[in-house]
Amino acid sequence: MHRHRILIVEDSPTMRQLLVFALKRIKGAELVEAQDGMDGLRKVTSDHFDLALVDINMPVMDGLKLISLIRGEESLKGMPIVVITTEGAKEDRERALSLGADEYLTKPIQANRVLSLAKSMLKIE
Amino acid sequence: MSKEKKDVFARAEEFVALFSRGAEFTKQILHENERLRGRLSQVEDRQTHAAQDNVEWEKLREELLARIAGLENEKRDVLDRLQAVEEENRQFADRYLEIEEENNNLANLYVASYQLHSTLELSEVLKTIIEIVINLIGAEVFAVYVLDEKTNQLSPVASEGQLLSAFPRVPLGSGIVGGSVDRGETTCGEPLPSDDLERPMVCIPLRIGERPIGGIAIFKLLAQKDAFTPLDHELFTLLAGHAATSIFAAQLYGQSERKLNTIQGFIDLLTK
Repeated sequence: MHRHRILIVEDSPTMRQLLVFALKRIKGAELVEAQDGMDGLRKVTSDHFDLALVDINMPVMDGLKLISLIRGEESLKGMPIVVITTEGAKEDRERALSLGADEYLTKPIQANRVLSLAKSMLKIE
Repeated sequence: MSKEKKDVFARAEEFVALFSRGAEFTKQILHENERLRGRLSQVEDRQTHAAQDNVEWEKLREELLARIAGLENEKRDVLDRLQAVEEENRQFADRYLEIEEENNNLANLYVASYQLHSTLELSEVLKTIIEIVINLIGAEVFAVYVLDEKTNQLSPVASEGQLLSAFPRVPLGSGIVGGSVDRGETTCGEPLPSDDLERPMVCIPLRIGERPIGGIAIFKLLAQKDAFTPLDHELFTLLAGHAATSIFAAQLYGQSERKLNTIQGFIDLLTK
């Protein structure tokens, strides 16, 4: 069975648990949690991931900084990034997408929306 | 006999066997051809005969009409069954969506209650309540109030979107927040932002049975959220009970810790 390694970068334990709940329905999903941008950067540069879900407002390092650092790494340019945030303004969305995010979801999220988006990013039927 | 000769004989035998099978198959085809020719000839004879004989023609016609009627009935039956299956599929698809939604809702409620009861530290409980209200309900400006039983006043203890000091203390039973907590009824108005920090759009009373513990007042939702969903109301109900017990348990735990430290201090003093 093919493994799908997914990194969840989110400072809220409640949101992390909800995302894990939603994404563990993907067969072969291997979920790794990071509690802020710095933790996420450490994990994403030391291991291979097929997808990253990133919050924007986080302590230590925010999601936008993390996305720009990820996209600056040649080996990580192809990894899909989905932003999940409370920031619903058009300019926030455009900023995240221009930095290299592939999708932008606003909270409150629906678990099945996250699931179907992750499946499409991972190219799972 | 040399190996080459053996191979030649073996291949010759194979060829003969293959040829025999081909011959047998050709015989079968010829036989089938003969049979079909006979059948065609019969049908042609019958048609010719029927074309000349009115009674026979009528009989053939009736037979064909009966067959058409039979096929039409069969078609109607198949179409009815197809329609029934399509309807059943539609019902299954609707049911699937309902179950998916229910599943999502249950996941949200499970996560909320799990997180609320995962700690006995009051600051952590309040942090969890804030996370739930932001991430699962989608509120931008809100405050959590706790009842001071000595003064009978609700004091803001945690907030989001505004400084804590901006939220006024509220006497129990007074205004929207005080009244909602006193009556134990969730107040939920139109999801329109309110700048008046005494007039929230939603107030969730936190109570354990008849005992008021505090309340959560929501003043503004996130820009992308324009209405409350059934899940939001489920979360209001969950918070009303579970956030109350979590706060109460954390308060008791804090008090017992303090008392334990005092007793320990006395014991240390006496035994020194």
